[in-house]
Amino acid sequence: MSIPILTLLVLVPLFGAAAISFLAKTNEALVKNVALVSSIATGLLSVWMLIKFPTGSAGFEFVSKHSWVSEWGISWHLGVDGISLFLVVLTGILFPLVIVGIDPHHDHKQYMVWMLVLEAGVMGSFLSLDLFLFFVFFEIVLVPMYFLIGNWGYDQRVYAATKFFIYTMAGSAFMLVGIVATAFLARRDIGHLSFDLIEIAEKSDFAIGTGRWLFVGFVIAFAVKVPLFPLHTWLPDAHTQAPTGGSVILAGVLLKMGTYGMLRFGVYLFPEAAVWAKPVLLTLAVIGIIYGAIAATMQKDLKRLVAYSSVAHLGFIVLGTFALTNQAITGGVMQMVNHGVSTGALFLMVGMIYERRHTRVIAELKGIQAVAPIFAGFFTLVMLSSIGLPGLNGFVGEFLVLIGSFATARWWVVAATTGVILAALYLLWAYQRVFHGEPDEANKSFTEITKREAMLLSVFVAAIVFTGVYPKPMLNRIEPSVKSLLEHVESHSNYKQPEIKAGE
Amino acid sequence: MMLAANMFVGPAIDWMKISPLLVMLGGVLLLILGGSLTPQWKKGAYGIVGALTAAGAAVLTAMLWRDLGNGEPTTLIANALTYSKFSLFATFTIAVGTLLAIFVTSGFLVREGEDGPEVFALILSASIGGMVMVQANDLIVMFLGLETLSLAFYLLTASSRSRTASGEAGLKYFVLGGFASAFFLYGVALVFGATGSTNIDKIATSLSANTVLGGSSTMLLAGIALLLVGFGFKVSLVPFHTWTADVYQGAPTPITALMGSVGKTAAFVALIRVFTGALGNRSDDWGPVVVVLAVLTLVVGSVLAVVQTDVKRMLAFSSISHAGFILVGLAAASKINSSDAGLGSSNALGYLFIYSILVVGTLAVVTIVAGKGDAETSLDAFKGLGKSHPVLAMGMTVLLLAQAGVPLTSGFVAKFGIIRAAVSTESYVLAVVAMLAAVIAAFLYLRIMVSMWLSESESTREISISMISRLAMLLCVAGTLAIGMFPSLLLQFTNQL
Repeated sequence: MSIPILTLLVLVPLFGAAAISFLAKTNEALVKNVALVSSIATGLLSVWMLIKFPTGSAGFEFVSKHSWVSEWGISWHLGVDGISLFLVVLTGILFPLVIVGIDPHHDHKQYMVWMLVLEAGVMGSFLSLDLFLFFVFFEIVLVPMYFLIGNWGYDQRVYAATKFFIYTMAGSAFMLVGIVATAFLARRDIGHLSFDLIEIAEKSDFAIGTGRWLFVGFVIAFAVKVPLFPLHTWLPDAHTQAPTGGSVILAGVLLKMGTYGMLRFGVYLFPEAAVWAKPVLLTLAVIGIIYGAIAATMQKDLKRLVAYSSVAHLGFIVLGTFALTNQAITGGVMQMVNHGVSTGALFLMVGMIYERRHTRVIAELKGIQAVAPIFAGFFTLVMLSSIGLPGLNGFVGEFLVLIGSFATARWWVVAATTGVILAALYLLWAYQRVFHGEPDEANKSFTEITKREAMLLSVFVAAIVFTGVYPKPMLNRIEPSVKSLLEHVESHSNYKQPEIKAGE
Repeated sequence: MMLAANMFVGPAIDWMKISPLLVMLGGVLLLILGGSLTPQWKKGAYGIVGALTAAGAAVLTAMLWRDLGNGEPTTLIANALTYSKFSLFATFTIAVGTLLAIFVTSGFLVREGEDGPEVFALILSASIGGMVMVQANDLIVMFLGLETLSLAFYLLTASSRSRTASGEAGLKYFVLGGFASAFFLYGVALVFGATGSTNIDKIATSLSANTVLGGSSTMLLAGIALLLVGFGFKVSLVPFHTWTADVYQGAPTPITALMGSVGKTAAFVALIRVFTGALGNRSDDWGPVVVVLAVLTLVVGSVLAVVQTDVKRMLAFSSISHAGFILVGLAAASKINSSDAGLGSSNALGYLFIYSILVVGTLAVVTIVAGKGDAETSLDAFKGLGKSHPVLAMGMTVLLLAQAGVPLTSGFVAKFGIIRAAVSTESYVLAVVAMLAAVIAAFLYLRIMVSMWLSESESTREISISMISRLAMLLCVAGTLAIGMFPSLLLQFTNQL
């Protein structure tokens, strides 16, 4: 009897949340400790899972399956493969960092409860292998995030939180109908009603038209979450108004639920439709890349700038996903993790700037490098990773996406590459305005990074440099699953991956 | 000719099988006679008698369900009532709704200083009417049930002596409700004219033999249309919904809860019974109309709910939107050629059970927040509730999220069931419309949540929460979460319908 590690990954944060809700509101230290213990325990579990994960395995590992709603053929079915592995680890590590590093301004108890519920929801989304179960987690995440933005955010928080909730829920509406229809239609092929992802994907055979409709239903929900142009308008508001911890989580892992969903549920369940929808999705992705970059350039608010840069970066991931080659998808998966690390760190630092200056307006910041050189150093490194400088993590993912997509989506890649240049433009320009020059009166008092902040950022920087210099261990674990996913696509559609003669 | 007394042979009555009705009747008599013949009872004692009666009816119904096992549905009292899992589950739903509403009412009356037997007797009478409606196997019997329910509701709506709005709402409800009853009765008459019977089974047999008396379908179709109007009023479908907001707002809040749970369940189950049971053969005629009504009800209900500023009005419109959702179940049930048509009615009933609990719970909180005089029901009254009464606010949040259909609450199970029924009968567009309407409605629940959690209170009103209200809310929240997390608790029963 082995330990049901995946179930624990979902339940441990929930237990933490339950425990906290019984604590006294005034005992902030104890509340924080309980939150820390449960999130760190979850983090350790995820790392342990990473160590135990057999490299080279393409299938699902650590599977746990129990019947949940037998009347509807729904089960508690969790599993992890190369595609979800690092997202789970990212979630496991990011949450304790956010909990230890960023204190809410009020109501510690409620904040921590919502954080831990959020963690459970995100974990569940990445681990679910049952459509119903996935939807439950995908949707339940809205509630804690809604309260985190609405209660601890900035001036426009209620507006942003409501917009976030309604937008995402509207997208999910299509997916719910899609899920029910998928299970209902697959019943003929399977023989009984089942919401099991693997069972449906392997046994069902949808008519071409049907599969396409269902795919569209799923992709709308994911496109809102990613967000894909033109469904992205909730994101700048939510990101800007969310408290720093919320932004880090939102950018770090929540958006990935969209891109991950596209791979796991869109492409895997409806291979033929994915091939069919390729041109549209690639076009939207590339528009997102360029539009996000241009919009980022124009922002006056530093946090909004980072938010728009997310739109651009997520565009790259979608590009990689629907280019449908081994390299591109592997790059896309890698980029999901990379973006979580670098943009998470960027939001963290924008939060630090706001803590010190109580403004995020670029024009009011000046010459910070002179008064806080170490802080500027951290910022430079993270920024360069976001731009995609070779030797740092962003480069590996982005490069794999571009090179992998070239064979199947040449002109899209050509257009997307300009996004890389634009990224350098908006980030370097912002850096120049905020950090260079002589600090004026207001910025002179900008205090240098504290020890706690430095330690927090060091973790991010370590991840950035390590993956950038030595991505192989990561790639080795991602690739087999991607390969088997593409083999599934090829065997269920007319699509054939172009063969690339390796010129090693 | 003279009828000798011994010529009339009464029908055989299986007393045990109508025991839930008898218990309720006993409770009414006890309250009315006992209440008027004895001096004022101790605080809350009337409520306890009412609650015990409803609980007794619920327990008896559950026992009957067990006894029925996998037995075939039968009829009682010379085909006047049906006796099936469907009717038993509906009766159970009504008993549970009544029980919960009585808890809320008891706390309310004690707070208002208006404790007495009348209101509880009327609540139980309304429930008897509801139970007769859901069990009726004859349109005339159904009409009797409908009138019993409606008359009790008119009085209950006007029962708050201290608020003029209550009387006004009662009068409005009475006039419009009388109209609707007339429509219904006219519909019954026309259907009788076309088929020669008011018995649901016999109407179905007559229609399946494809003979319409007089040779033309006009009379039958007119009858169906009038029945739909009558029912449409009672369950508040758009465009027959205009009374809902005023009556929901004007009625004493616990009575609003009773209307939302018992009233809605009774009328909806009767609607489903008549249309799938008696008129199922003609679903090609009424099916499309039901689809149109469902879409209208969903969209109009949700959109109008969003712009309200009074919580009771909001919940009135949200109840309209919920009615649209349930109607989607009937639309699914109208696809009689599909093997999954039965899912429509069973999931609609499941939805009604879940919604009964939700609406009573939600309005229990509104009753508490409204304070003495039952007046503070605006959105502003909820401001700052999260700070001053976190437990109450948390309970309300769970109930609101459930109404919005968020997973892990019973509301999601309800919506999922309906969507499943719609999709299984290949009504994909209707399913998408229903879900999108639910998203619009979610905005309304978010507005209440914003008020509670994210706004500062402007007044320093004291809110008193009686034990019995606390109990009502606790039960509702517990039920909502339990069904949400373990849907099998409910599905094992609704799956047998």
